[in-house]
Amino acid sequence: MKIIVCIKQVPDPEHAKMDAKSGTVVREGVELMINPFDLYAVEEGLRLKEKMRGEVVAISMGPPQAEEALREVIGMGVDQCILLTSRDFAGADTWATSYTLAKACQKIGDYDVIICGKQAIDGDTAQVGPGIAAQLGIPQITFVRKIDEISEKNIKAERLVEGGYEVISSPLPILITVVKEINEPRLPTLKGRLNAKKAEIAHWGPEEIAADKDKIGINGSPTKVDEIFTPDLSKDGKIFNIEQLDAAAEEIVKKQKEMGLI
Amino acid sequence: MGIKVIKEKCTGCGICFKVCQYGAITMAEKVHTLENGKEVKRLAVIDLGKCTLCSECVKPCPTSAIELKAEAHKFEGKENYKDVMVFAEQRRDEFEEAAFELVGKGRELADKLGVNLYALILGKDLKGKGEKLISYGADKVIAISDDSLFNFLPEPYTNILIRIIKKYKPSIFLAPSTTQGRALLSRAAGKIYTGLTADCTGLDVDSSGNLLQTRPAFGGSIKARILTPNMRPQMATVRPKVFKPLDRDPNRKGEIIEEKVPADLLKSTTKFEKWIEDTTSAISIEDADIIISGGRGLGCSDNFKILFELAEILGGAVGASRPTVDEGWIPYSHQVGQTGKTVGPKMYIAVGISGAIQHLEGMRSSDFIIAINKDPDAPIFKVADVGIVGDLFEVVPLLKEKLKRAING
Repeated sequence: MKIIVCIKQVPDPEHAKMDAKSGTVVREGVELMINPFDLYAVEEGLRLKEKMRGEVVAISMGPPQAEEALREVIGMGVDQCILLTSRDFAGADTWATSYTLAKACQKIGDYDVIICGKQAIDGDTAQVGPGIAAQLGIPQITFVRKIDEISEKNIKAERLVEGGYEVISSPLPILITVVKEINEPRLPTLKGRLNAKKAEIAHWGPEEIAADKDKIGINGSPTKVDEIFTPDLSKDGKIFNIEQLDAAAEEIVKKQKEMGLI
Repeated sequence: MGIKVIKEKCTGCGICFKVCQYGAITMAEKVHTLENGKEVKRLAVIDLGKCTLCSECVKPCPTSAIELKAEAHKFEGKENYKDVMVFAEQRRDEFEEAAFELVGKGRELADKLGVNLYALILGKDLKGKGEKLISYGADKVIAISDDSLFNFLPEPYTNILIRIIKKYKPSIFLAPSTTQGRALLSRAAGKIYTGLTADCTGLDVDSSGNLLQTRPAFGGSIKARILTPNMRPQMATVRPKVFKPLDRDPNRKGEIIEEKVPADLLKSTTKFEKWIEDTTSAISIEDADIIISGGRGLGCSDNFKILFELAEILGGAVGASRPTVDEGWIPYSHQVGQTGKTVGPKMYIAVGISGAIQHLEGMRSSDFIIAINKDPDAPIFKVADVGIVGDLFEVVPLLKEKLKRAING
């Protein structure tokens, strides 16, 4: 079984702190990390491989420094990694990203399962997974919390949706996106770390994946960022202690009435 | 295409250096001689090997010294795309409140543009539903009914959506940013090749018919305004509970169009096997107007019952911070925060939650935030409208009684 996992390097929120005065988020230094949801994707890929045999290929699109993220997942046990990197890929929105990743999946070929995290924590869109499935013309199961059954030909999985779970079955190949509940990602092993150091990570550009240059990066992106602003989230909240609970309750009920909640 | 610093304009103030999330900007400190002979001592330099062209540095530059250029797309027949269309989402043949919220917002946009508002509805039994959408503000309802459309499946839903878009050519297409809406529109936009903006909390139109889509990113610490300038339709998913439905007018007139679709469009590779309801709470955190969330301060799994009792009185749902889920005190479906769900209810009550940034980013857009914590320095108080400093085991039961009395009396 060939499993492709898509991962993204994102800014680490641990290095962000809230400025008490302005209420805005201030970032101290720049630390990057693997998008947390993608670690669940990698872990699920490794578990499928252990069950079904085969290989796990991890791909990522990003600047050269995203190679670090790929080395990290080699440490977890991923067999092969490919970094999609080129100035022409930069500035991609979710459409152009999906297109680029789908082109890479096509180039890798013969995949049975493609796994993505449910969303990346920087953009929170949850659009790239289904976008890849659309480009490849394969079915999708998003927000998977459990794979109930897997065989060489079929999959049955549970989706986490509002108010419950949907059980969906499908023939392979399939693209799934996973939520945190699905597993507990393993840590890199010592042997894995050594492998990670030595591993050769292929770099692919637009030519290698036969991408249409008009459909990648900022030029290929249908959406454009018009403006970015930092909202002022500072609040002049009222603080009460336990002796002032009557006043606090009054404040809450007043607000509930205002909002039509009672 | 590309980004550059216009050296003649850069004052070396370092604002761009501070906003860059990817460490791609450095301040070069030496004497630079510019083409015009001027000398500067400090200059912003962009490392193109690290820059992702995210554009976050462009606007903050006080002298507009950073230039980001992209080539415009060509899209034939853009002017034929005129109307506004919203996806009136159902779950198992029942309307979601978000359907009416989108009809209300769509009405406003359509009026500004002077065009028709269409609502698209898919399901098994659609009796009376078109009329309802019209009474909330739709001009025309496109209804497609088939037994197979009772449950959401991405492929048939996407096939139908694309067919309707090609036939009716809306300029704007909106759906709620639910698990269904996101899965559907991402797939459809992927196939059509058009722009899709996720989870918008603000929508407006400009004089040339562009949809101005405002959305939070990085968990709400920044907001971005996104345009789809050249492709059509301009697609967006919209955060539920942000916009209010209009008052219902049963006398409103409109047209219901029953569209038939060829059988092959209804085919699905994936099969819907089963629906399992989450019975741990009466209302899910995505649907609730009030969320009462518990953190590590609760101490153990059993103590969540204090919150469930409070939730019952207030008609809310129970959320949780990451540590409580990791400890196995409550199922993952309750987790609020960066690796859980992003929520924005009218009222959010954080009990025994200190307020790690990952939690704050998942709930900070709530309208009214109440925090109960014994540590007066807990970061949660910085985002709270009402903070109560005290032991939650004393505060919550007392508060519950007081609220009960106030609500009933």
